[in-house]
This record gives sequence, C-alpha cells and structure tokens, in this order.
Amino acid sequence: MDPLDLARWQFGITTVYHFLFVPVTIGLSLLVAILNTVWVRTGKVAYLRATKFWGTLFLINFAMGVVTGIVQEFQFGMNWSSYSRFVGDIFGAPLALEALLAFFLESTFLGLWLFGWNRLPKLVHLACIWLVAIGTTLSAYFILAANSFMQWPVGFKVDGRAELVDFGEVLTNKVLLAAFPHTIVGSWLSGGAILMAVSAWHVARKRDLDVFRPCLRLGAVVVVLGAFGTLVTGDVLGKVMTQTQPMKMAAAEALYQTEQPAPFSLFTIGTLSGTEPVFQVTIPGVLSQLATGSFDGKVHGINDIQAEYQKRFGPGDYRPFIPVAYWGFRLMIGFGMLAALVALAVLWLTRKGGIRGSGWMWSVAVWSVALPFLAHSFGWIFTEMARQPWIVFSQMKTADGVSPSVGGGTVLTSLIVFTALYGALALVELGLMIKYGRKTPPSPEDEEPGESGQESFAY
Amino acid sequence: MELTTVWFVAIAVLWLGYFVLEGFDYGVGVLLPVVGRNDAERQTMLNTIGPVWDANEVWLITAGGATFAAFPEWYASLFSGFYIPLLLILLALIVRGVGIEYRTKHDDKRWERRWDAAIVVGSFVPALLWGVAFANLVRGVKLDSRHEYVGTFWDLLNPYALLGGLATLTLSVTHGAVFLALKTKGDISRRAAAVGLKAGAVAAVAGAAFLVWTQLTRGDLVTWILGAVVALSFVLGLGALARRRQGWAFLLSAVAIGMTVIWLFTVMYPNVMPSTINPAYSLTVENAAATDKTLGIMTWVAVFFLPLVLIYQGWTYWVFRHRISTS
Repeated sequence: MDPLDLARWQFGITTVYHFLFVPVTIGLSLLVAILNTVWVRTGKVAYLRATKFWGTLFLINFAMGVVTGIVQEFQFGMNWSSYSRFVGDIFGAPLALEALLAFFLESTFLGLWLFGWNRLPKLVHLACIWLVAIGTTLSAYFILAANSFMQWPVGFKVDGRAELVDFGEVLTNKVLLAAFPHTIVGSWLSGGAILMAVSAWHVARKRDLDVFRPCLRLGAVVVVLGAFGTLVTGDVLGKVMTQTQPMKMAAAEALYQTEQPAPFSLFTIGTLSGTEPVFQVTIPGVLSQLATGSFDGKVHGINDIQAEYQKRFGPGDYRPFIPVAYWGFRLMIGFGMLAALVALAVLWLTRKGGIRGSGWMWSVAVWSVALPFLAHSFGWIFTEMARQPWIVFSQMKTADGVSPSVGGGTVLTSLIVFTALYGALALVELGLMIKYGRKTPPSPEDEEPGESGQESFAY
Repeated sequence: MELTTVWFVAIAVLWLGYFVLEGFDYGVGVLLPVVGRNDAERQTMLNTIGPVWDANEVWLITAGGATFAAFPEWYASLFSGFYIPLLLILLALIVRGVGIEYRTKHDDKRWERRWDAAIVVGSFVPALLWGVAFANLVRGVKLDSRHEYVGTFWDLLNPYALLGGLATLTLSVTHGAVFLALKTKGDISRRAAAVGLKAGAVAAVAGAAFLVWTQLTRGDLVTWILGAVVALSFVLGLGALARRRQGWAFLLSAVAIGMTVIWLFTVMYPNVMPSTINPAYSLTVENAAATDKTLGIMTWVAVFFLPLVLIYQGWTYWVFRHRISTS
C-alpha cells in the first residue's frame, strides 16, 4: 500500500472527525456563557437549569474534542515529516501559540467552572465560562493561521525550507481574515442547532417548557444568524479564494473553459469531466458574482489555469479531483441553508408565545441537528481536497510532504486503529448526547456532583 | 545565551511542567484499582485530579507545538521515528481522557469497570513510554544523513530505554500516590501513603540504576550533581511521606521529577537526537532549530504568557486545595 494515500486518508478521517466536536465546543461554550449570564443577571431559575443542562452536553462533547485534537498535533510529525521540516519555521509557531494562549485558557477555566460552582463567587464563576468561550475562539484563529499558510503562503522566503520573514503577515493572511469569521459563525450554527434540536425534542413533549422554550428560540435564532453569517463570510472567502487559488473556484463549478459571465449550476447529472452534462440546472452570471463580485466578471476555467500552472510550476497535473470539489461545495452550502430553513420554521411555529406544529415537524427539527455537521465536513473536504495537488499551495506538493521513512504497513495500522477507535467512540458519544439530551434539566436543589462539603486543607 | 539554547531550556521547562503535573495524574490513574476498594473510592480518587488533569495535559500539547516551532527538524525526526510508541501514547491518552469524563455518565457497573480499565491502561502506557522515548533520545538512535529514523520499533525497546521507562513509570506512580495521600482523607489517604512507600522503593532502585547507567556512559560533574539532587529530593520525599508530612512529600517528589527532566536535558545537551550511525548525522540545538526570527518572536510570547499561565493554573490548585473524601 502507498503510504501517501494511507496518510492522506488518515489525515482526512481524523480531521473531519475532530471537526465534528470543534464547532460544538466553540458554539456551545458561547451559548452556555450567555445562558449563565442571563441567570446571573435575572436570577431566573430556568436559566440556571438551562446552563447546567447544556453545560453537561458541552462537557461530553469537549472531552472528545480534546482527545482527538492531540492526534492532530502529533500526526504532522508522524505522517508528514518532510512537510514538517519544510514549514516548521512558520507553521509551528501558530500551533505553539494555540496551546499556550488558547488551550491552557479553556482547559484551566473549564475545570474551574465545572468544579467551582460552590467554591467561586458567582461573577468569578461566570467569568470562567466566558474565558472558556474566548479560549475556544482564539484557538480557531491560530489553527486557521496555520491552515491559511497552506492555502496561501505569505510572510516567508524559501532557503531550502520555508523561513519566516514577517509573522504579522502570517497572522493577517487574507485567507485567514476571511476563513476565521467563516469558521466562527459556522460554529455558532452547530451550537445553535444542538440547542434547537434537543429543545425541540422536549418542547414536542411539552416538558420543562420554562427551560426549553427559550432555549429552542435562542437556538433557532443562532442557527439563522449563523447561516446568514456563513453566507456573508463565505461570499468574502470565495472572492479571496478566486484571487489566491483560482483552480479551487474553477473546480467548485467544474468550469473547464474560461467564461464571462460564468453561470452557477445548482446540480449536474453527468461526469463533470468537461463533457456535455446529461442534465444541469444553471443560473446565469452567479458564478461570476461569487468569484468576482460582478455578474459579468470573467472566471478562469480549469484548462486555462492548468496550462498557466504548467508554465509556472513545470509539467504536472494541477487539477484537483473535480467531483469532490464540485459536490463538496454544493453540499456545504445546501446543508447549511437547509438548517436555516428549519430554524425559520421553528421560529414561525413558536411565534407569539405559542407552540404550534404537528409531530412530524418537530421530528424534522430534531433530526436537523445533523445538517450543520454535514455542512462543516463537506466544507473542509472541499477546501482541502480542492487545494490538491499542493500541501502548501505553489510551494510543496502533498506527495513530497509525506514521511519518507514510515512504511505503508505502519500507516495502515494506525489508520485502521484510529478509524476503529473513533468509530466506537462516536457511538459512545452519540449515545451519551442522546441520553443526556433527553434528561430533565437539574434543579437547583440537586447536589453538585464532585467534591463534597467537608473542608480541610491539603496544602 | 543563544536563542537556540534559550529554546532548548524552554522545551525542557514545558516537559518539566508536563511530567510534574500530569505525572501525578498518571499515578492516580494507574493506582485506581490498587488504592480504590470500591466505586465511590475510585471516583473520589479521580475527583482529586478532576478539575486539573486536562490543563495538565496541555503542557504536553504545548511542548509538542513548541518543539515543532523551535526545532522543526527535531519534531519531524522524533515524531516520525518514534511512530509506534507515539501511536500507543495517543491511543492511551484518548481512552484515558474520555474515560475520566465518561465513567460516571452511565449508571452501570460494567460501563464503569471498562472505563476504569481504560483509565488504568491509558495512564500506564504514557508514563512508561515517555521514559522509553527520552532514554532513547539520550542514548541515540539510528538517524541517517537526512535525519530520518531508519531503525525499527524493536530497536527502541533496548534494555537501557526500558529501564528508563520503568523509572518514569514508577516515579509517576509514587508521585500519584503522594498526591492522593495529600488530597484525600481517611482510608484512601492511608492506603495511598502505604502504596507510595512501596512504589517509591521500586522507583528508587529503578531510578538509581538508570541514573548510574546514564552517568557512567555519558555523565560529567554537572550531571552528577544534578543526579544527586534528584536522588536526595526523592529519598527525602519518601521520608516525609513515612512521617505523614504529605505536603512536604509532594513538594519533594515534584522537585525530584522536575530535576529528573533537568538532569536528562542537561545530559542530552547540545544534542537533541544523537545518531548512532554517525555522530555527524546527529540533531543538535543548532542544526534542528528554527530561524532566529521565529525563535525571537516565540521568546517574547513565552516571556509574557508562560508566567500568566502559571499564575492562573496555580490559582486553580489554590481554589481546589481541600482534601476530599467519599462522603
């Protein structure tokens, strides 16, 4: 087996899997912080119960995010040592900063928040969950700084390896400035969807409405805002992407010939190989608008960019796998917008203090929780796959980044073990989320689990 | 001081933080079935590390990230070369972390026992394998001219490295036992102290053997002195534990582990990964380092933020300073 393919599969599987938990960590920490704040400010018990209820779901998710995150940091060195040698001078610093500035913050203050209910003054305790939320958001900035260097390397020179010239440029990479808000509002979409779906399950059964009705509407509003936000930021990111990686935008449309204006196809039945499609629904000028901001802008096609890159980078195939790019792009947008539609329906059903709608509608609201996760996964698959064959655009090809001394059997072993373990843990995690999602929110009289009351000093 | 040396010291500090803090977490995990007689006791044991273990583990993530940034060649050679041990450590950390958070989330004896097993194995494996890895870093490995590791997994399991692994494992177990004795009351505390003395005796023998073997093969006067400080603080710590001075015992075992890291890094310096094929192929603080530009930026960040981390993490230990019990 080719270690390159295996290492790519492992990176894809472990990264998409890790990113199931990351947006929930970012989105839900913010929502828990908001609910906790409402409780502190209003003193309404329903918000305390809500804070504790969602805090538990947050924790179940957070544990998975943490343990799958360590794999991410290690696997650059394990499977991609040539890549690590090449980019380490630039790529390592954001990873170190992420740990030092963000991971310490979120893990330390989450521990304080979870175990500190009876030990800390109310406002200090509240500050802890806000610091968790800030930490999770900060971590996204640093890891996206590292990823953006792979998409659009800036602030460096090459002297046998990529060497840092201007760290400010790395931290203000235009891809980063667009990808960071896109990722954050996308994460709110996930956090909101969990709030909405779990609350919908309770509201449909008329349980604990004092807790779940406000949470349902809060979740739905956040989903709508998140979806709108991803559209706006996605539009900006798309234009930056067209400037920096035109091949990616061409691949997203399977646009082989340069066109002006270029249409956007909603879907295609066909091979996407440049031959005449069997059936296609297109909207004129929309790809031009997405790529350039003008309905009659020129969008470069795959064949022209391929020819240009051969001149620039030498002979080779600079085309990504087009069907993955084409469908990944559409499924990302489609699933995100579908989530927004469900959220709008939920807001409509709960307008003016009422709860309307029949059973199947609430079932849809519950199952819609999957939509943002599908959108995130396809988004990452699109942006990483459509960067190929580059691992660092224009500087290093993925095939040159793999560890030369690690054999196929070794990578295969780790691929199998990670996939099996991750699969098993997915079932466990999902089972717990469902179990705790269906529970009655704790009442203030319930004893805090964890440390007991009797005090004596250890040190 | 050269920036490369500054960062060699900084990496040592990060590993020191990791081994001192997560060291007792691992010890508590390994001792779960030994000290905990029933489910409530095991949960109490885990509650001693509950608020802090995750942040303790961030020292490892920071050490990894900082090695990537400051010594990219070291990071690349180490992580690709020690592939299987690191894979095992990752798997261990995954099941352990999930186990600590999930074991109480489902009221079922089988569920709890399975997660307990995951926590025990997940604590045992890294405590052992990090010692194996660091002993190999001191001893040297088969690095070729490209700085790629060309040995096998079995080459890493040489007697010297296994002894190093036994030393870090038993040190962690002792450290964990002392921490448990300090942080709990009654039976658990008494049992933990007794186990700590036994584990400490084994650790003293394994640690002394590893120390002397290392010193005789590559030691000098400075490392003899550092090694002596390790031995002295560890023995004094055990003495304090025997006299029920648990605060002192914990402080001294923390010093012993911290000094072990300082001793190991001093023995290693200026190499970070020596080659046994040809000394010219060795990775050193010079040829493994990032540019001065990167190191300079990282230095400013570390100077400002590392003390801040120490302050708020230290505050956590103050907030949760109380002894806890099963009641």
